[in-house]
Parts: sequence; structure tokens; C-alpha cells
Amino acid sequence: MMKKYLHASFAAILTSSICSFAHAAPAEKHVAITQIVEHPALDAVRNGVKDVLAENEWKEGENLKWNYQSAQGNTATAAQIAKKFAGDQPDAIVAIATPSAQAVAASARASNIIFSAVTDPVAAKLVKAWDQPGKNITGVSDLTPIDKHMALVKEILPEAKTLGVIYNPGEANSVSLVNLVKSEAPKLGLKVVEAAAPKSADVQTATRSLMGKVDAIYLPTDNTVISAMEGVVKIAEQADIPLFAGDTDSVKRGAIAALGFNYYEVGRQTGQMLVKILNGTAPSALPVEGIDKTELFVNPGAAERMGITLDEALIAKAKEVIQ
Amino acid sequence: MINSFAFFGALETGFIYGLVALGVFISFRILDFPDLTVDGSFPLGAAVAATMTVAGFHPLTATLCACLAGAGAGLVTAWLNVQLKILHLLASILTMIALYSINLRIMDGPNKALLGVETLLSPLDNLSVPYYIAYPIAFGILVALVVLLLVWFMKTEIGLAMRATGSNPRMASANGINTKLMILLGMAISNALVALAGALFAQSQGSADVTMGVGVIVIGLASVIGGEAVMPKRTLFLWILACIVGAILYRLVIAVALNGELLGLKAQDLNLITAILVTLAIVAPQWKSFLKRAKA
Repeated sequence: MMKKYLHASFAAILTSSICSFAHAAPAEKHVAITQIVEHPALDAVRNGVKDVLAENEWKEGENLKWNYQSAQGNTATAAQIAKKFAGDQPDAIVAIATPSAQAVAASARASNIIFSAVTDPVAAKLVKAWDQPGKNITGVSDLTPIDKHMALVKEILPEAKTLGVIYNPGEANSVSLVNLVKSEAPKLGLKVVEAAAPKSADVQTATRSLMGKVDAIYLPTDNTVISAMEGVVKIAEQADIPLFAGDTDSVKRGAIAALGFNYYEVGRQTGQMLVKILNGTAPSALPVEGIDKTELFVNPGAAERMGITLDEALIAKAKEVIQ
Repeated sequence: MINSFAFFGALETGFIYGLVALGVFISFRILDFPDLTVDGSFPLGAAVAATMTVAGFHPLTATLCACLAGAGAGLVTAWLNVQLKILHLLASILTMIALYSINLRIMDGPNKALLGVETLLSPLDNLSVPYYIAYPIAFGILVALVVLLLVWFMKTEIGLAMRATGSNPRMASANGINTKLMILLGMAISNALVALAGALFAQSQGSADVTMGVGVIVIGLASVIGGEAVMPKRTLFLWILACIVGAILYRLVIAVALNGELLGLKAQDLNLITAILVTLAIVAPQWKSFLKRAKA
């Protein structure tokens, strides 16, 4: 058995040294990647990781051992994949989505772990804090970048002092987003005024309650409010209050601007982190990253109807301009 | 063929799912009650144990409460069946889907993390034996105790009454056995075992997740049938032991399948392999007797 390993590692050294003579490719690395389920967004993350590796001269079949396993939605299989990876001792383990990341963190205590597409790594107990991940694990979160959303509001409306948010307090996701708004907005000098809409039918009333109190309205990705968004748009247009959204689809439905992101870019960001780790940086030295690359969607027509004109420079920056 | 982490990991997961197999054995084999509740009581056990542990209860208290919660779920299914006369399969499906919402309520979200929290397994982290070997040993001892307890129970008067209820309910009630009570009791024990498995799995896995119940019934059934196919069922002890053997075999097959390069298998093929294995295990005994008759 030992002999076999020696042969294998000797062969690996040999091939890698030959390769380095040939075209200075980096040394052979083994990356194991575990994903809880096949899903377009999660698959895009994986492709992003792989593309970044390829751009950094790590190519599958040449100097990259790429071991991808999907648990097909089965948690027990995810646990077994994690244990297999722990024993394989790859150079790094990439874990996509919370359950897979937790399984790897529980089993592979001696490996370098990079998670991706985990919304709240602190609540998932993967890391102690964003800037101090702690042990052998770090990664990229897909939490909505509220700080960037607030900066966009301030960029378009530098004079705005108060910001209204409409949401359903019964949606856990919305509550955590609004809490983020309440912690980020004041940093930019925005006072937050909340309006609760427990049902779709309450959305118009909630919007009216904000009239005269706010300079702009921000809609988090709240299922209740978004389902009745046309009512908000109508009132915002009548009252000339610019309306911002947390998701890009809402821009097509009449919000003036939103910053979105796509999962392929999340994967690329994860890949860049992975490259640093493959080059020898310890995961504990890399803070957890939030969404880095966002895509701006703007709707100049909606802006006109809400009493403002969007800057040409801003429109030029947009990935998509809705006419 | 597979590395030692993967091997001990398969043992560990196998022992935990062995408890599921014992639960399924009680409902399917002893009571003749096809019970899908387990898809809900497994995450229920995990949810109760994780939530209580995080809330500061002792992990042992949390795990015992998880068992009680599982027993409760089994009682609900049995009650729907014996008292409200709902078909057993349907009764268990109703409980299962109800538990999905209940689990979300218990955890106040889809996931409850236990990483770095003091659990029943934490004392095993600082032994001279590495954790990945200590865990399966601990689970093995626990499962051995449960197996012995179950064998003993099945030979007591109540155990015999329960077995009679499953094999011939009419005869059983003619002999003065309260069959309704036996179904209630059996289903409670069955689901308590499954919830115990869920609680232990959450602690070894580092989290409880609302989706972790998916397919538990199939895995349990595959373990029971697979075990029967490879083990003799001459005595009750061997028959019950077969469930555990089946559960471990199932996990070893998966561990091998994860080494895709070996047999051309991939983790993606698992569900298909499971279905084929279960089918083979069911038809194999029929072929055996057919061949015997052909020879005679």
C-alpha cells in the first residue's frame, strides 16, 4: 500500500516538474467540491469556481484533480461525501450551500474549507464572525448587499433624509433584511421609517402611510409586498416619491433602480478565494466575503414619472436599461 | 478501495440509520403497518434536539425529549388509523406533511446549526482515539444496547402480543389482546427510535435541517430488506441484527459509489442503485424457492 502511494507521489512530482519545464503551470492540486443538490444557481456557482481555476492555469485532467459530488438533496449522503473528502485530504474543499458546508465543517477538521452561497455563515455556525472566520474555514456569502443598495439610494438622491421600507413582518427573510437596512441606512444619513403589510391587500395602505414622511421608498425582497408591487408604483408616481427595489425584476415592474447579482459571479469570487488558498494562504487569514460584483438595472421612464431624472453617467453604468 | 475516513464514516452513518431500520422493522415487519411518518419524525428528532441544545438544555435532556417527540408523532399516526379509521398509509402521509410545518416552527427556520455547540458527542472529541473512529464506536455500543433491549422486549408478554397483532389481528383480538393499544404502542416505539436517530445524526452532522427527512423511509426499508437478503432470519435476534447489517451495507455501497472512478458510478446514480438493490433483494428469495422447486 505504502509503496503504491510512493509511486503515485513520485509520479506526481515527476509530472509536475515536467509540466513546469514545459509551460510553467502551477503544481498539481486536488480540489474537492460538494453540493447539496443540482440547482441552476448552485451549478452556476460551481462553474464560476472552475472557470477561475482554469484562468489561473489549473485545468482538470492536467494539473487539477477536480472531484465533484452532489448529495442529490440527501443530507445523509452529504455527510458521507464530507467524510470521504476528509479522508481524501484534498488541497481544498469547496462546499456549496449551507447543509453541505455544515457537513464538511463537522467532518473535515484538518482540511482547508471554502463555502459558497451560504446566506448567513454566522447563524449557520460555520464561522465566529465575518472578519474573523476562525479555524480552517472561510467563504463567500450570498446575503443581499444592503449596504450597496443604500449607497445607490444616496447616489441617486444625495439630498434624501428619510427612507421608507414596506415589508411583511411575518416573513423571516424580510425581517432580517429590514434589520440590515436599519443598521446600514443611518451610516449614510438616512432615517428609516417602517410600514408593515401583513397581507397583499395591506400594501397600498402601508404605502399611503409613508406619504409626506419619506423622501424615498425601498422595497426589500419581500414576497407579500412584491406580489402587490403595482399598487406601490402607482402611489409613488402620484406622490413623486422615488421607489427603489432589492431585486432587478422589480425594476421592470416600475421601480427606478436596483442592484442585483448572479450566482456565476458568486462562484468566480469563491474561485478567487480558492486560488489564494491553493497558493498557500490559510483560510483563517481570509475574511468572509459578501457579494462583490453587482449588476445595476435602471428604469429612466419610471424615474421621470416619480419626479427625478437619472444621471447619464449612471445609466451608462447600468447592465440593463428598461425603457 | 475507500479511505479510512469514508469507511468509519459509513459505519457511523450506518449505525445511526440502523436505528431507523429498527424503527421501520417494528412498523413494517412486526405490526405490518407501512409507515411514512419516519420522513417527518427523523427531522423532528433532529429539530427538537438541536433547538433544545442551542437553547441551553443538557444534550441528554434534549435527545430524550427528541425521542418523546418522535413517540408523539407515531401516536398521532396510529391514532388517525385506529381511532379515525384512516387508511394506515394515508394516516402516516398526513402526519409526515404536518411535521414539515411543525419542524419549521420548532427551529424557527429551515436550519439549526450545532457546530461548536456542546453536544452528546463533544466528550468524544478529546480522547486518544481520533473523533472519526470514536464516533462510530460510541454509536455501535448504543445500537447494540438498543438491539438487545428490543430482542428482550419482543419476548415479553407485551412484545408477543404486539407480534401477534401484526401477524393475525383477528386471532390476536380473539385471544384478548387489545390490538389498538398494541398498534399505538408499537408506532410510538418505532418513531421514537427514528427520532433518536435524527437527534444523533444532527449532533454528529453539526446541524438539523428541515430537508433531512427526504427518503428516510426508503433508506430504512432498503436496510431492512437488504439485511434480510444477506442474513438468516432463523431467530428473532438474527432478524433484528439483520436490520443493522443492512443499514451498514447500504452506507458502504454509497461510500464505494462515491469513488466514482472505481466502477464508473457517481453519487448522482445513488437513487437508481438503491431502487435496483431493493428490487433485487425483494425478488431474490422468490427466485431461490423457484430454483429449488425446479430442481426437485
